[in-house]
Amino acid sequence: MLDTDFFRRWMAATAAAVDREASRLTELDAAIGDADHGSNMQRGFTAVTAALERESPATPGAVLTLAGRQLISTVGGASGPLYGTLLRRTGKALGDEPEVTDGRFADALEAGVEAVAQLGGAKAGDKTMLDALLPAVGALRSSAGAARDAALAGALATVPLQARKGRASYLGERSIGHQDPGATSAALLVAALVEAAGTSGGGDA
Amino acid sequence: MLINVPETVVADALRGMAAAHPELTVDVENRVVVRRDAPVAGKVGLVSGGGSGHEPLHAGFVGPGMLSAACPGEAFTSPVPDQMVRAAAAVDSGAGVLFIVKNYTGDVLNFDMAVELAEDEGLQVARVLVDDDVAVSDSTFTAGRRGTGATLFVEKIAGALADEGAPLERVEAVARRVNESSRSFGVALGAVTTPAKGSPTFDLPPGELELGIGIHGEPGRERRPMMTSGEIADIAVHAVLEDLRPDGPVLVLVNGMGATPLLELYGFGAEVHRVLSERGVAVARTLVGNYVTSLDMAGCSVTLCQVDEEMLRLWDAPVQTSALRWGR
Repeated sequence: MLDTDFFRRWMAATAAAVDREASRLTELDAAIGDADHGSNMQRGFTAVTAALERESPATPGAVLTLAGRQLISTVGGASGPLYGTLLRRTGKALGDEPEVTDGRFADALEAGVEAVAQLGGAKAGDKTMLDALLPAVGALRSSAGAARDAALAGALATVPLQARKGRASYLGERSIGHQDPGATSAALLVAALVEAAGTSGGGDA
Repeated sequence: MLINVPETVVADALRGMAAAHPELTVDVENRVVVRRDAPVAGKVGLVSGGGSGHEPLHAGFVGPGMLSAACPGEAFTSPVPDQMVRAAAAVDSGAGVLFIVKNYTGDVLNFDMAVELAEDEGLQVARVLVDDDVAVSDSTFTAGRRGTGATLFVEKIAGALADEGAPLERVEAVARRVNESSRSFGVALGAVTTPAKGSPTFDLPPGELELGIGIHGEPGRERRPMMTSGEIADIAVHAVLEDLRPDGPVLVLVNGMGATPLLELYGFGAEVHRVLSERGVAVARTLVGNYVTSLDMAGCSVTLCQVDEEMLRLWDAPVQTSALRWGR
């Protein structure tokens, strides 16, 4: 079972990963976008960390809806609404149980990813965050580790693609040969699940 | 860069706006710039916003005859829905609010969320998209045409109509008409340095230029060896005319991207007029200057807007903002 603490650890591990990788995300964005993805995600997850400390949400669903709302209110750009919707919809799908099964979480994340696809109008192969999230959702049915590997592979597989959504799409064929920054940050979010699972019972109380 | 730290660039600029322009209400914390006399009784509120780095767009266009409020985001990053809802609430007199949105994925998503939230609060809100950049093919394979120079025409003309007390449907309709009658094309002579990155976002060596750029330091569609001002005007104006095919007089915006001197812009403006005259296009009015910029990018853009009598009358109507000011 996954309890409220697991989801708090997931958000904390994501915030740490975003901090660590911020300049790489910005570098990737400079190649095919506008060089701010790292700092935008950093600002968002800093706000998520602060809000989770301030409000101590009591359920897994409440952790993710609060985190999603913070991202919408602080990130801006396309990433704010898209990541915000991902976490908010996943959180809503988790309901208000104090703990949830792995299967329930996989269902909820699938609902969140579907909401992202609907909001952004993108599909697999458009060189977006969905190219990491869609394979991860399927693999999460086996394990968090499999989801991480699938997301990383999905992000790497965006390199030869031509962008069809977002700012990189303005470049046309010149977007080919670059890894998508959104897919890269999405892979960080999925990889943080493994950390959250691994530190279960650790000294973070 | 003339900054303190990258994190406070936008807040620092807003504090400066507040100091320089007592006729504006500047909420630095929540990042909303509002006409001090808002809400004006019976008047439709006009709210725009977008990433910072395009100054004077949008906050420089807040004032009588143009915008009621503006929401600046981080540099090149769309503002968040909370800002837009706050701005809408501040300018709504009961006559409704029009959001003027440049067509970028981030701006569209955030303004769409703001429309929903504002309607939840009982506000009547309409939304107009600006998508005038002919360098982006308008197909399902891109995010659609970018909103660039035409934003100034939309905000000025819709703002003038709103000041006359026209209802929301008419203000929205004229904003749409201005956008549909406008096309732009931009050229970069140098790359952009964003505060977040601190170094140029792409490598554009001296002696080369990028055709078909947007206003966010994203590279353009094509790189060419440096050309003369006249050759650039030929390419830019032809690209716009091919798409717009005007059969009446046009407004001309000869726009600088931020780092190109007015001396060069006026010279470029002369070349733009030459090409228009060769093509038999009559010019109604011309505006030359840095209005829709891209931080420290060197370069320029041309926007043409075919105008009818009403649009021209509204363009000529008095305006009193920090960046655009005439009449009265």
